[in-house]
Amino acid sequence: MEVTYLAAINQALHEEMRRDENVFVMGEDVAELGGAFKVTEGLLEAFGEDRVIDTPISEALIVGAGVGAAVLGMRPVVEMQFSDFISCAFDQIVNSAATLRYRHGGRAACPLVIRAPSGAGIHGALFHSQNPEAWFTRVPGLKVVAPATAYDAKGLLKAAIRDNNPVVYFEHKRLYRSVREDLPEGEFVVPIGVAELRQEGRDLSVITYGGTVHQVLDAARILDKEDKVSVEVLDLRTLLPLDREAILATARKTGKVLVVHEDRLTGGIGGEIAALIAEHAFDALDAPVRRLAALDTHTAFSPPLEEYILPNTNKIVEALRSLAAY
Amino acid sequence: MDDVNGAPTPAGPELNARLEFELNLYYQMKLIRAFEDRVSRLHRQNKILGGVYSGAGQEAIVTGICSALRPGDFVAPLHRDLGVFLMMGVDPGRLMAQLMGKENGLSRGKDSFLHGGDLEHGIFGSTSMLGSSLPIAVGAALKFQIKREKQVAVAFFGEGAASRGDVHEAMNFAGVRRLPVIFVCENNRFAYSTPLEKQMAIEDVAARAEAYGFKGHVVSGNDLLAVVQIAERVIGRTRDGGGPALIECKTYRYRGHSEHDPALYRDKEELLEWQSRDPIPRYEFYLEKRGHDVRHVREQIDERTRQVVQAAVDFAENDAFPEPQEALEDLYAPPAGPANLNGRS
Repeated sequence: MEVTYLAAINQALHEEMRRDENVFVMGEDVAELGGAFKVTEGLLEAFGEDRVIDTPISEALIVGAGVGAAVLGMRPVVEMQFSDFISCAFDQIVNSAATLRYRHGGRAACPLVIRAPSGAGIHGALFHSQNPEAWFTRVPGLKVVAPATAYDAKGLLKAAIRDNNPVVYFEHKRLYRSVREDLPEGEFVVPIGVAELRQEGRDLSVITYGGTVHQVLDAARILDKEDKVSVEVLDLRTLLPLDREAILATARKTGKVLVVHEDRLTGGIGGEIAALIAEHAFDALDAPVRRLAALDTHTAFSPPLEEYILPNTNKIVEALRSLAAY
Repeated sequence: MDDVNGAPTPAGPELNARLEFELNLYYQMKLIRAFEDRVSRLHRQNKILGGVYSGAGQEAIVTGICSALRPGDFVAPLHRDLGVFLMMGVDPGRLMAQLMGKENGLSRGKDSFLHGGDLEHGIFGSTSMLGSSLPIAVGAALKFQIKREKQVAVAFFGEGAASRGDVHEAMNFAGVRRLPVIFVCENNRFAYSTPLEKQMAIEDVAARAEAYGFKGHVVSGNDLLAVVQIAERVIGRTRDGGGPALIECKTYRYRGHSEHDPALYRDKEELLEWQSRDPIPRYEFYLEKRGHDVRHVREQIDERTRQVVQAAVDFAENDAFPEPQEALEDLYAPPAGPANLNGRS
């Protein structure tokens, strides 16, 4: 049966809560309402008020309480209603959670998942469109994932819940109902830290993740058809830790790399990937590593502004053609 | 002030147990004072580096509150609560090694002073973002509630941290869910250099509890007996399903914010006044009234604390520093495995 990205997340929550009674869900409007996006729908009915907990509007409390329950062996899955609001919980994530094991000398763990609906392209404007992953991908002690498919959304969430470390799980809002696929019947988990080659290619590589994966795949099809250029597409899936081997392998294979992300250009993960390739695969390069990302501004509301700011398939096609011609 | 009367007078073996309990509290409070005095000295000798935050003058609070805790309870101390570690049974040698950044310290050299927690003894290592441990204690209490466990969580905080949003969020949610958590405010009248009247427009932090739907209690934090009595009553009530509570302990910080701070902003008269209300002689007076030969007890206990502190210093000084490359260890727990990660279920 075809399952949407959103339903896949919901399935993962149901399955993990059934499997492990220490898993519980907490956040704003997650219980009665089933979440602002209906991601947690049905959980209250299935698991009751003890394990599906509505909270006041208190992001620091939501994450902090998750940390407190997690150190005592629970496996909380807490929700930031929009990833934009994660800034209100920043201290609890980067200080309380991320340093926890370190400052306890390795004698504690924090198995906590922070789900954060992220991303633009839904007319969400400045405070409902953000991609804040790069605020977290430089924090040791955290893991950060950003699935692009229904399969990965389910498998990565299950892996995150079973992981013994704090995992920030970015789910792209635009993919909730626009992406769907047949999922296997049985149990599966997608390992954290492993990228996925979405498409093999010979001439160019695109390294991307999350919301832009599908745009990149569309662009690659156009290049294949109209330009006879073969594009390899690597979906990072996990942003911390990065799958360095997969990144360097594709760079060495094609010698031309474009990094695409919906997060802003400056200070985005693309810079880290470009540096990694420059340091370790410079000899294999036939062109400078290029980056295509959101412009260095806020995600403006009015449609022409938003479209101007964000990457899209046409812009990716253009960037790929330019790189192919280098 | 809270009503501290009403407990029935014990007799027979119960009385003996009570007397022993009370003498042990005296020992604990003296040990905390002796340990911290030594820490201040070691800091002056450059044997302890970094920030050192003395709790001198505030010992009765941690002693009294922790005396009502049980194994399996959860406690989040603040940066000045070295006494919590001693009260909860952490080995003094390992605690001293922690302060010296040694290999056998609680955080194995990773973090300074009291940030290295010890969850095997129920102690959460708080960060420097004071007040941020209140939501965490609320989460521990949430676990106790979900699992129907008869445990409590205690979060210590200062009146300084009371100005932070985390404190509001934690207390509000605790009230909504009626969680088994006790918030203990050590109101020592200074947030670093900022006096109480610049921090809040009210006299009592405890007054805020009512707005969150639970009771706030005010007690003299320099009166061990009063702290013990209120701790037993309030923590007992919370343990029995009575919901959260706030205990505000009025006290005073003897030393600067940290050992680097001469606290010249402070009125000398005020310090003198509070030192005259020192919790140790005050409790000695009580013991005397109880019929103890206080001079004798003091001599014995001073000798015992001296030995314990010296043994801790010896252990820590002989302990190795961590190897440099250990800086990259303890960042991540093994990715998957049993849920029992902390030596507790």
